[in-house]
Amino acid sequence: MTTDIRGAAAIVGVADEVSPTGVIDVPIRELEARVITAALADAGLSLRDVDGLCTCTGGTLMHSVELAEYLGVAPRFTDATQTGGASYGLHVEHAAAAIAAGEAETVVIVYASTPRAARKRGEKGLGVFATPERLEWETPFGVVLPISAYALAANRHMATYGTTAAQLAQIAVDTRRWAALNPRAHLREAITVDDVLGSGFIAEPLHKLECCLVTDGAAAVVVTSAERARTLARPPAFVLGAASAASHAMISQMPDLTVSPGALSGPAAFKTAQLTPGDIDVVQLYDSFTITVLLALEDLGFCPKGEGGPFVGDGALAPGGMLPGQTTGGGLAYTHPGAFGAFLLVEAARQLRGECGERQVPDAKTAVAHGTGGVLSATSTVILGTEVTL
Amino acid sequence: MTDTLPIPAPTTVSAAFWDATRRHELAMQRCDSCERLVWYPRFVCPHCGGTALTWERLSGNGTVYAVSVHHRAALPALADKVPYSVILVDLDEGARLMSNVFGPPPAVGDRVGVGWVALDDGRNMPVFEPK
Repeated sequence: MTTDIRGAAAIVGVADEVSPTGVIDVPIRELEARVITAALADAGLSLRDVDGLCTCTGGTLMHSVELAEYLGVAPRFTDATQTGGASYGLHVEHAAAAIAAGEAETVVIVYASTPRAARKRGEKGLGVFATPERLEWETPFGVVLPISAYALAANRHMATYGTTAAQLAQIAVDTRRWAALNPRAHLREAITVDDVLGSGFIAEPLHKLECCLVTDGAAAVVVTSAERARTLARPPAFVLGAASAASHAMISQMPDLTVSPGALSGPAAFKTAQLTPGDIDVVQLYDSFTITVLLALEDLGFCPKGEGGPFVGDGALAPGGMLPGQTTGGGLAYTHPGAFGAFLLVEAARQLRGECGERQVPDAKTAVAHGTGGVLSATSTVILGTEVTL
Repeated sequence: MTDTLPIPAPTTVSAAFWDATRRHELAMQRCDSCERLVWYPRFVCPHCGGTALTWERLSGNGTVYAVSVHHRAALPALADKVPYSVILVDLDEGARLMSNVFGPPPAVGDRVGVGWVALDDGRNMPVFEPK
């Protein structure tokens, strides 16, 4: 992506929906429509303003077109690219480029998933990892995906760099501290490193409390041109930079288990944004597992490769830390319906607007939302800033 | 137990691999153009795009690249193996594949060699053992 998109577009409306029980038992289409209309209302816009639509879940042939029909929208720009939890940052990147090119003005990006309600109804999972290659070369060895893959990456990082179980556990502890400040978070009770290390293994070295929740949820963001953004209800969160990358589908094909594609998308997004990691006030890093956060910190350049352990071990990500991270409580404690990427964007924008109450990072002007999809397979890095950062 | 392992039928490109397992041989494609090993079996070399790939027999020896001990069986066939290790092994000839170690878990850097678990159709699954 060229520097052309810097400041060309902004997130102007956000909404997300979670439930105290973790269950939202309504049809996906209704849930999508609920968060879309809420995000548009947040921006002071309506469905009549929408000329772009991005969505990539649903399991049918043309999800973005099907949703557009339901909403009564005739989009001139749609994107249904599916890169797991990285999809929604990628959609922001593509939407900003489309807006910069004049191919769209107001783009809605939405995600909704109800795995808990589906389980309650006795529906079987989608088998999203059941590719022909995986069924032949990984499944027979008893992997439990995605956790086995992230466990292998954590093991390799620990063996290579001396990263400790306690350092990884600290990520879960600090994330829970943020959740305690968020009344909408699913798990708010404080935990200690010992709690994490005592929570049992599913796939070593990852403990249960290092793994994300499974909850129902939905999120939507509205992206529009910078020009229009300045006329709307909320302070815009300008897209300063955005980039995506993908390196493999199966963990056994990942070139280096200690380096995610964030090592490509991160620097590319920072280059476009004309910023460095030291300029960032708050981060929303996809925390499917603790190791996902650790690799993102290194790959995006917040600390050198291999030094993620000591970096997080000092509580850098906690409230009051040097790099406040996952301020909702993240996928570990806020919500995680299968892909957390859209929620990262919602919270990044809210932090820049200063509307996060107890969990507000004081005077946040720059934010990173970094999504990771699959088994460290694909990433998207979005850098947002307030008006003064342009 | 192993007869319930869900191994798909070989494909046109993977048949040679599975045939070799009947002889307890670990076989892999090598690209005629860039001379790199190709794993998993493919029609095209992912390193250079070459389509001339030739099967060769490997030593079956390698070094553990990563390991995750699993405490719950993902498959009924593995129920009596818990806890079992899912490993990525770097073969001496220069390719990485996923496999298992049963028994005491290996550590990163451990030397391992291929062993075989019989399937009920005459094929064998490559698993690894400490060397």
